[in-house]
Amino acid sequence: MAEPLLRVEDLYKRFGDLEVLRGVSFALTQGRKLSVLGPSGSGKSTMLRCINYLEEPDKGHIYLEGQLVGEKLVNGHHVRMSSKELAPQRTEIGMVFQNFYLWPHLTARENVAIGPQRVRGMSKKDALALGEMMLEKVHMAHKRDEYPERLSGGQQQRVAIARSLSQEPKLMLFDEPTSALDPELIGEVLKVIHELADEGRTMVLVTHEVGFAKEVSDEVIFIDEGQIAVHGAPQDVLDNPANERLRSFLGKLLGG
Amino acid sequence: MLEWLPFDPLQAARFSLILLRGAVMTVEITAGALVVAMALGLILAVIKTSRIAVARVLVDVYIEIFRDIPALTLLFILYFGFAYVGFKIQPAPAAIIGLGVIGGAILTEVFRSGFEALHHGQREAALSIGMTPMMAMRHIILPQAVRITLPPVGNYAIGLLKDTAIVSAIAAPEIMFWARNLVTSTFETTLVYLLAAMLYFCMSFPLAQVVNRLEEKRRSWQ
Repeated sequence: MAEPLLRVEDLYKRFGDLEVLRGVSFALTQGRKLSVLGPSGSGKSTMLRCINYLEEPDKGHIYLEGQLVGEKLVNGHHVRMSSKELAPQRTEIGMVFQNFYLWPHLTARENVAIGPQRVRGMSKKDALALGEMMLEKVHMAHKRDEYPERLSGGQQQRVAIARSLSQEPKLMLFDEPTSALDPELIGEVLKVIHELADEGRTMVLVTHEVGFAKEVSDEVIFIDEGQIAVHGAPQDVLDNPANERLRSFLGKLLGG
Repeated sequence: MLEWLPFDPLQAARFSLILLRGAVMTVEITAGALVVAMALGLILAVIKTSRIAVARVLVDVYIEIFRDIPALTLLFILYFGFAYVGFKIQPAPAAIIGLGVIGGAILTEVFRSGFEALHHGQREAALSIGMTPMMAMRHIILPQAVRITLPPVGNYAIGLLKDTAIVSAIAAPEIMFWARNLVTSTFETTLVYLLAAMLYFCMSFPLAQVVNRLEEKRRSWQ
């Protein structure tokens, strides 16, 4: 069997006394979309942040195309990489945050172009041209010279998506990309994510949008108390949940 | 023709020329001390926001020491004290070092609060597109921190310009040094010190206007 694009192996993470992740493992094949559901505090965001090593797991390993992420083997031992060694690996993994985190001192296009320019060493001209292309993909080219504070939340999030696209990542991570948005702005962001999914990109999407998860993903994981409680095809997992906790979680989401 | 004036205009012009020579030195010492203070402040603020606990404590010690010593005392140590143990420093460099080292303690706190005004998510976003921590500092954090801290740094610079008056005590030939010499030789106490005050005002006032402008601009961003 071919090596999966992403392999998450037995992740453990604790913050002080709180065990957030307790042995999370899964694999994702190239081109597949995975949605991660779970109550707040279940560890789903922490798991996502461990995948690109913004959070260092206490135990367990991440593999991208079979290569260890954030660690290297020295005499058979796993050793944490230096931040310089880690940086190129992170360019392979795009990350979209709940609160966008655009850089307010740069215009929309500069936000997208600074990565290609500074990280990949493109000329400023080429990087800005690439930035414009990526903004077109998220339907934001007309706002290229605006500063983030002049954009709505939905527009900021679309620029943030363009920013991670400019890395040409092999894997995209979305950390509750619509949770900070006003209800009327959620649709435009979901539409962009849907278009990216249709392009065949591999993605992991942490979300509370159950309907969207069902529509866009090939697999769904339900995380509860730091462990994967359910993992399967969306219709199996979401339409007739056998798991008691998942059933009550979905009931609360849909009822509320 | 100008007898109604309470002072001799020709004499006032002559005094002003002498004081202007001091003003050049005042500007030099201010600029020098500002550069030293900003460099020290930036480096120490970066260390203070780092993860290295020992280094953070050392920065705290530095800040406390230089915040709690009067500038004049430090200048006397640098100029007279060091000379006594055989290490002679000229008045102007001693003034720049002394005021700069004290300013470093002040600006460390200014820059640190500038860094902390930025959400850590900004840095995480930079790391996640593949920047190293150094690149994130250079391209994302510093440019924003500089904008945030420009008004307080400007205010510090105005204070510094006026504080240079005390370096006349170690005979650095700036405005007050020449003013005191003129008073000793001519006894025109009121006229000389008023002219000195005017000179300081003419330098500080435009600076204050720039700082006000910056503060207004910053308010409009938020």
